[in-house]
Amino acid sequence: MTVVKVMMKEALQTVSDLWSLMVGLNVTKRYFLEPQITVRYPWKEVHNLATFKGHLELVSSKTPGKGKCISCGMCAMACPSNCLTVVKRKAPKPTPEEEQALAEAKAKGEKPKDKTPKDPEKFLYDYTLCSLCGTCMENCPVGALDFTGSAYLAGYTREDFHFDLVQVLKNQAGLEGVDETAAPGAGQSEG
Amino acid sequence: MNAIPAELLHIVIGLVAVAASVGLIGLVMVWVERKVAGHIQRRPGPFEVGPSGVLQPLCDALKLVGKQLFMPLGADPILFWLAPVLAFLPVLLLFLPLPVGDGLQALDVNLGLLLILAFSGLAVLSVLLAGWASNNKYGLLGAARGVAQSVAYEIPLLLSVLSVSFVAGSLNLATVVEGQGTWPWNWNIMTQPLAFLIYFVSAFGETNRAPFDLPEAESELTAGFHTEYSGMGFGLFFLAEYANMVVVCAVATALFLGGWHGPVLPGPVWFVLKVSSLMLLMVFARWTFPRVRFDQLLNINWKWLLPLAVANLLLTAFFVKLAQFA
Repeated sequence: MTVVKVMMKEALQTVSDLWSLMVGLNVTKRYFLEPQITVRYPWKEVHNLATFKGHLELVSSKTPGKGKCISCGMCAMACPSNCLTVVKRKAPKPTPEEEQALAEAKAKGEKPKDKTPKDPEKFLYDYTLCSLCGTCMENCPVGALDFTGSAYLAGYTREDFHFDLVQVLKNQAGLEGVDETAAPGAGQSEG
Repeated sequence: MNAIPAELLHIVIGLVAVAASVGLIGLVMVWVERKVAGHIQRRPGPFEVGPSGVLQPLCDALKLVGKQLFMPLGADPILFWLAPVLAFLPVLLLFLPLPVGDGLQALDVNLGLLLILAFSGLAVLSVLLAGWASNNKYGLLGAARGVAQSVAYEIPLLLSVLSVSFVAGSLNLATVVEGQGTWPWNWNIMTQPLAFLIYFVSAFGETNRAPFDLPEAESELTAGFHTEYSGMGFGLFFLAEYANMVVVCAVATALFLGGWHGPVLPGPVWFVLKVSSLMLLMVFARWTFPRVRFDQLLNINWKWLLPLAVANLLLTAFFVKLAQFA
């Protein structure tokens, strides 16, 4: 009697197993008929490009072509990929009058004021190494960095992805010293 | 004109037609397979070459033909190159006795079914030779699996085919088809549903198609028995696999689905339609079901398919005998 019961159970199990195969085929049939979600990139672009991350850029301050960056180097220190290099400006050579004023101030025991401009001379950014983690932005005390939306940036050589962000900012503002070779492709390919 | 026997001419024309259609079917099936796989995974599949990528398999074939043929060090040169040829050539023969339409048959023989079953058995030998001769552990493992699997699955396949030919009283595929009617309820699948199920499951095992693709199991054995084959050596195995699929589906159509019978449309159209829908089912099965484990594979065969096929055959024989007395 028990043998019959076990055999019956086995047979029913097999039937339900076979049915599960049909259910599986139905799932793939449904997916087969549903619209594709692949975006055929060169012909079409995604509709939510604004949510995509592109390479870094310096946020412009009120004066066009000037960034908010104070060359503190926190970003370069925080960067896990070591893709940032901030080159600070050298202190300008003081004029004779200034030198005299400096000496006077020293004689009075005052601390001399640092006249060095804070904006970076160069802000070198190697996009080939960057993983777009955003740690630099989090660590920036003045909010001088941001992602661009140029997710479709492409180039022919590695050097195409080595940017000087200061130069990029100047190019965007259309200012003097426009150097096309400094950042080809930057600021393009949106939309 | 008397110098060439008409029968020989018939076979030569048939062989040429078969060789041409096998090549075409291979190309079309590669495209269909990739397109179906793509759409099931909600991506487009090939779409760059030609409209909807129809020319992609042609480019792939050209690439395969142009590639250098490598042979691994320590391989057996004769067996190594014999294997792909042996995989492909018998397949051409399998197409000869298939009744595509009423009287449209390259080789009208009494034992057509037997011819197909006998020569499809040679596929095992090519798998064995390929795996053995390539001097590669994955190749050998794939070959061992292939032999165990094909030998096991051939038995229920034969038994299920036999029960149909018992009812028809013939091993000639054309006669079996003529015994069936125009409408689906006149087909053999209505009287032999279990045999059809067993045949179709065994067919997956015989053609090494997923979910029974253990001899090539790319995630376990890189490519199994054809790991070491490059260029057209691999191409022939590939072509043979698709051609075997067509043969298996065509035999299923002739035996169970009424062959070229069907309303309104002409016979050959129905035959092609039925074969292609079975092929599509096989492609869908590949992209739906995960690969079974080897012990599961053999359990399905020895514990389920074989006893069921034997029972089905005995029952069929009993009723056939009963019908003779009645």
